[in-house]
This record gives sequence, C-alpha cells and structure tokens, in this order.
Amino acid sequence: MIKVDNVSKSFGENAVLKNISTTIKQGEVVAVIGPSGSGKSTFLRCLNLLEQPTAGDICINETMITSLKVNKLEIRKNIGMVFQHFHLFPHMTVLENVTYAPKKVKNMKKTEADEIGKSLIAKVGLTDKETAYPNRLSGGQKQRVAIARALAMEPDIMLFDEPTSALDPEMVKEVLDVMKDLADSGMTMVIVTHEMNFAKEVADRVLFLDNGMLVEEGKPESFFAKPQTVRAQNFLEKIL
Amino acid sequence: MNLDFSQIVPYIPFMLEGIWVTLKFVSASIVIGFIIGTLLALCKITKIPVLKVIADIYTSIFRGTPLILQLMIFYFAVPQLTGYDIEPFSSAILAFGLNSAAYVSEIIRAGIMAVDKGQTEAAQALGVPYKSMMVNIILPQAIKNILPALMNEFITLTKESAIVSVIGYLDIMRRAQIVGADIYRNFEPLLFAGVIYWLMVFVLTQLGKVVERRMRYSD
Ligand SMILES: Nc1ncnc2c1ncn2[C@@H]1O[C@H](COP(=O)(O)OP(=O)(O)O)[C@@H](O)[C@H]1O
Ligand SMILES: [Mg+2]
Repeated sequence: MIKVDNVSKSFGENAVLKNISTTIKQGEVVAVIGPSGSGKSTFLRCLNLLEQPTAGDICINETMITSLKVNKLEIRKNIGMVFQHFHLFPHMTVLENVTYAPKKVKNMKKTEADEIGKSLIAKVGLTDKETAYPNRLSGGQKQRVAIARALAMEPDIMLFDEPTSALDPEMVKEVLDVMKDLADSGMTMVIVTHEMNFAKEVADRVLFLDNGMLVEEGKPESFFAKPQTVRAQNFLEKIL
Repeated sequence: MNLDFSQIVPYIPFMLEGIWVTLKFVSASIVIGFIIGTLLALCKITKIPVLKVIADIYTSIFRGTPLILQLMIFYFAVPQLTGYDIEPFSSAILAFGLNSAAYVSEIIRAGIMAVDKGQTEAAQALGVPYKSMMVNIILPQAIKNILPALMNEFITLTKESAIVSVIGYLDIMRRAQIVGADIYRNFEPLLFAGVIYWLMVFVLTQLGKVVERRMRYSD
C-alpha cells in the first residue's frame, strides 16, 4: 500500500507538486494522466525517492519513506521503475542487465540470478536475445528488457513513466501486453501514460494531474465517460 | 654532411637499456596518475564542497606550474625538508604521477559527466549502492568514451618523461647526453634517442587502437 499525504515538491521557486494526497492499495493499477509539465514524472519519482518531496509524507507498507532516517536504497529495492527511454546498461548483455541488481544488491548467487533472469526474459518473450547487447534491440525489445530488469528485484510495486512514449507505433502493443500480464498477476502498478485506451482497459483508477495538482481521480469508466472537472474535460477533449 | 653513426655502435646496448628504465617509471607514473586521477574526478563530481575544492586546488597547482619545476622540487626539497634522501626514480614517479593525475582527473570528470544521467537513475532505482554504480556502470562507459584522450595523455607522459634527465635519472635522454659527452658528438646519439622515443609512441598508439576496437563491442 502507498499512502501519499499532502505531498508537495518545489524546484527552487517552481512549485511542481501541490498538496497531493491519495492512497494506492495493494494490487491496484493506477494510471496517472495529465498535460505535459503537470508534474506526473515528478510525482512518480517521489514515490521511489529519486526526488525528495519538499513537504508531506509518503508511507509504503507501513514505512514512512519520507522520514530522514530512511535508507533510500532499501526502499528502492522494493520498487521497480521503468523509464521512457529505457536506460538499459549499454555495456552489458540482456541477461547481465537483468541479473546485475539481484547479484549486486541482493548478493544473489550467479546461478540463482541467471535462473530468475532467464525465466523473466522468457516471460517478456526475448529468450533468443539473452546474449545480445542493448544496441542490437528494437525499442519495444529494450523496454521489455527494462521491465524484466526491474522485476528481477522482485519488487512489490512497479512504477512506469511513459513506457511507450519513445516507441514506434508498431511496438507499443508488445510492451503494453507485458504490462497487462503484470497487472493481471496482481502487481501494484503506477503508470504515467498517454495511452488512454490502455488506461481504460487495465487501470483500476485514474489520477488526473494538472499544474501540479491532483485535480480529479476516479474509476476509468466514469472518468473517461464523464469527467467531473472542466480541466479534465478540456484535457480529454484535446487528446481524444 | 658530417654524420658518423659508427662511433655510437658500442654504446647502443647502453642506450637501449634506457628503454626499460624509461618504461619502468612511465608505467608506474601512469598507474599512479590513473588511480589518483580517478579519485580526484570522483571528488570533483560529489556534492561535498570540501572535496570539490581540494580536488580543484590540486588540479590548478599541478596544471599551473611547469612539470620540470615540480620534478626538481620533489628531488631537492624533500631531502631538505625531511632529511631523507629521495631516489631519482621515486621523485620522478611522484612528480609525473601526481602531475598526470591532475590531467587525468579532468579527462575522467568530463567522461563521467558525458554518461547519460538516465544510467545513474536506472541504477539508483534498482537500489544499487553508489560505489558499485560508479565501478560497474558509470566508469566503464566513461572510460570507453575518453579512451582516445587518455591515450593522448599517456603518450604525452612518455615523451615528456625525457625531462627526468635533469635530476640525473638514467633514462633514454640522459644516456644520449652521456654518450654525446663521451664521444664529443651530440647529434648522432640524440637522433638515435629520437628514433627510440618515436618507436615507443608508435607502439603505444597502436596498442591504444587495439584496446579501443576491443571496447567497441556494444556500439
Ligand atoms: N530536476 C528538476 N529541476 C527543476 N525543474 C524540474 C525538474 N524536474 C522537473 N522540473 C519541472 O517540473 C515541472 C513538471 O515536470 P514533470 O514532472 O517532468 O512533468 P510531466 O512528467 O507531467 O511532463 C516542469 O515544469 C519541469 O520543468
Ligand atoms: Mg514526464
């Protein structure tokens, strides 16, 4: 469970998040949508402390992660993150990318890490690419490896920041399919996305951010059919 | 033209021995320079102001004064200050290693800055500790990018090593001067030394190309 309580974040004078509060339940899939620059990435990055909130608290499974005493590395072990631009390690093969963190961070033995890594790579459909370097992969393949890499740490929560925005259109589906499987398996997921159909289909709840504020949230059916706020109406009009 | 190489023939083994002597202290200096240079580069990119200032001052001093002066200071000042004599070899690798560290630190700093910030974030998001991230993820990528610049620094070091002859260290250059004084002809031994330096740099350059090609696997 993730409990976000009155979280604000400023970069200098620039208030990017303003008093965000919401609770994400175990196993829930939450889509975060909103205009560019509204603070979606910053919100996501606060959840694994890539950004430190300026005010407010975030609680993950009873741990107050915004407390100053907390060990960020410990928190992050339990939260996977997938980036728009993949950020695979270019000097490591696909298998090495996936097994690096379990070996380094969890001190897992190579044989065990390889076993888990291979099964995850198979799960995202890339067994034939195990020994390839990232530069030999298409965008969709890279993103699937990035998902496998995050899953290799066996996290409770997965964060996705526009995972399909950098992909050619024909590769979007293969990545969304992997994410859908993950959602079906009961993973807690927070997904920043512009794929409204995916959000409709897979998300349990939609958060609409505008100008750093959580303007509206609701079930995808009702949110997309009948948004309550003018700002959400305007946003959906523009993109649909 | 008045050239006579026959007179230096008996001295050739003596001069060739200088290759080993030069190589020994150049490679020691490279290792020292690389290790300290890497540490300095890490100091330069930390958020800890004290380390940053120390590294910047260090770099400024070693780049801002002549290498020959640093060499002589180590050679002459150390005995005067500490009462211990210092071997020409030790003072040479100290001066060259510490001097090279200043240049190498700038090269590595630039190389680290050029690595995509996303690499750091991906590592952090996985919970990878800072040291492992640097050693396993950032530095390998940085060093691959800066290999040509590093190679250049090593070549410069090899050539500039000739100034250790001023403290009497028996490197190639010093040997050429000794032979010159012995046979009352300077031009031939100097020319011979020049050929040796050129060959050493040539080999180093080729070596660099091989390493670069090896590291290009992931492009
Ligand atoms: N590290 C940073 N330093 C300063 N400003 C930032 C930083 N990260 C994001 N911002 C600013 O915060 C605002 C929201 O950015 P972001 O969270 O990336 O929005 P979104 O993901 O919704 O497009 C933008 O105005 C952006 O310029
Ligand atoms: Mg964003």
